[in-house]
Amino acid sequence: MGGREKQRIKGIMKIVLQNLTKKFPGPGKRGEDVVAVRDFNYEFPDGKLVGLLGPSGCGKSTTLFMICGLEKPTEGKIFFGQDNVTALAPEDRGVGVVFQNYALYPHLTVEQNILFPLQNLKGAQKLSKQEMQRRAEEAAHLVQIEKLMQRRPSELSGGQQQRVAIARAIVKMPRVLLLDEPLSNLDARLRLQTREEIRRIQRETGITTVFVTHDQEEAMSISDEIVVMKEGVVQQTGKPQQVYDSPVNLFVAKFLGTPPINVFEGKISGGMLWIGEDAVLPAKAPDGEVYVGIRPEGFIPDENGALRCEFRSLEVMGRDVSVVSAHPQAMSASIRSIVASDSAVQPENGVVRFSLKPKKVLLFDKKTEERVLF
Amino acid sequence: MKENQIKGWLYLLPALLFLGFFLVYPLIDVFVYSFEEGYNFASQTYNGVGLYNFSYVLHDPYFLQAVQNTFLMVIITVPISTGLALLIALGLSSITPLRKLYQTIYFLPYVTNTLAVGLVFMILFKKTAYSDGLVNLLINWFGGKSVDFIDGPYWAKMFVMCFYVIWVVLPFKILLLTSALASVNQSYYNAARVDGTSESRIFWRITLPMISPTVFYLIITGFIGAFKQYSDAVALFGTDLNAAGMNTIVGYVYDMLYGNSGGYPSYASAAAILLFVIVLTITVINLLFSRKHTHY
Repeated sequence: MGGREKQRIKGIMKIVLQNLTKKFPGPGKRGEDVVAVRDFNYEFPDGKLVGLLGPSGCGKSTTLFMICGLEKPTEGKIFFGQDNVTALAPEDRGVGVVFQNYALYPHLTVEQNILFPLQNLKGAQKLSKQEMQRRAEEAAHLVQIEKLMQRRPSELSGGQQQRVAIARAIVKMPRVLLLDEPLSNLDARLRLQTREEIRRIQRETGITTVFVTHDQEEAMSISDEIVVMKEGVVQQTGKPQQVYDSPVNLFVAKFLGTPPINVFEGKISGGMLWIGEDAVLPAKAPDGEVYVGIRPEGFIPDENGALRCEFRSLEVMGRDVSVVSAHPQAMSASIRSIVASDSAVQPENGVVRFSLKPKKVLLFDKKTEERVLF
Repeated sequence: MKENQIKGWLYLLPALLFLGFFLVYPLIDVFVYSFEEGYNFASQTYNGVGLYNFSYVLHDPYFLQAVQNTFLMVIITVPISTGLALLIALGLSSITPLRKLYQTIYFLPYVTNTLAVGLVFMILFKKTAYSDGLVNLLINWFGGKSVDFIDGPYWAKMFVMCFYVIWVVLPFKILLLTSALASVNQSYYNAARVDGTSESRIFWRITLPMISPTVFYLIITGFIGAFKQYSDAVALFGTDLNAAGMNTIVGYVYDMLYGNSGGYPSYASAAAILLFVIVLTITVINLLFSRKHTHY
């Protein structure tokens, strides 16, 4: 049985967070505590890749640091499988961490960097030189950096450094792999490539993996599940598609999707949804004012469509076309809709008409910004 | 391009003139003096060119004493002061309350006048008709016998000298090392902690290599500074250092020029050139060593 196989079995490890809360002392002597994470409850499924997603300052990195043990939670518990690890030091938890800036030791070669965690092992865990070498080579092979072993980090590209950091994090065969903004230091093309790489490595090792990102596209594209956070509070968890299709509130709806969702001020009255003067869809919800979110792909250009928008421009993107228009009830200056390139967009007197796909239209309560089903 | 170069040289001209007059010319002059035998300051004459000055200096027991004193001081003070500074800097960066206060206290010697500090050391160490000094008081208290640190045995004087030098050079080293330690990215330590790295391994394998450029800088400048030691010896033992047996190479140069037995610029120049050769050699060795042991 190969090392990889063993690793897979060891990797079966769900992470459970119970009422996890982290407060930092506020500024000044009498400053109020700043709550970085509030009452986080979630079960990270074993062997899966979960993306912790949110704008900067939402507490996602703090959560990651609490899982790896670098931050102590103020309240709440953390379980790895059945083990309560809340009080354990980082090295006793069996976690591998890839830091945002990779934190590769600049004075050590790639090989020495990867060997570093193994050389720390003591007592019964201590490995022979050959075994260390074997494991380091295996990890290097997994992330495909065998040829770079004698280089120093400064001689590597950003993407290669990232791989070395991952190799160093998994060489100890951790139960849990944590990545803090793994792609933020890479350029756009490398980002695309590296995220697939992370996905592949996660699949091959089967290690329960949590990664933190502020980039929703990144999270949606490779995660098995995503956790959307805002101001220290979990907004929604679930499969990426499911969260995208039915966000629980306006924040989540706005945060997911590129181009972002178009938001209008509308109202429900007499069983119809109104945006300005246009009755766009039948709606069964009780009468009242609502925010209407329409995904860019929810617009169908239609001569007889109910929604009338002021036409601005067409942006041809090859496979499809982006129609830029405006509407007085829209919350943003322009509305962006994406339609197939063969659909005829024919503005008449500067007005373009759309009919809407009901599934792509989301309603939110004007006060609470919670989702309203219709 | 050409015009730019001329402009550049023009801008540099004032500085170059100054350096030429006050640095390069005297250096060359010293070099020339050191080979002129029997040079007379008043009549500006000499009676030959050769290596006699060097031979004289190298056979002068006072010079040999000065070389011995200087080398001893260098060998003792540079490693101890650098090591001690590193320890204190590590301590300073690991505490949070009162750190600023401690930093200020440790930096105070740097802004204090050498001679004033010398006076304090006198009070601590000097034996007078009225008192044996504070340190002797302590020694007596622990049941030891009084030692005359200023006029007594060689080892006692050397001890005071080294103690003093270390104390004087410490603040600057602490300052540089503290900032070097602060500039090491916290994520290296986080990564090390996650991997369960022991404190000693973190220090030897991460912290020390990370701050090694600063450490080597301090060692090199420390060597140079210690070799050029003079004023601190004066502060402790007075101007007649030969009599005290505590002269340094620079002190010897000064004595040869202006001291009681002075008036020999040729001997002084030869001694200065010898010092220059010593410092150059040590610095080159240092640089070669540091290049091998710093990696970025």
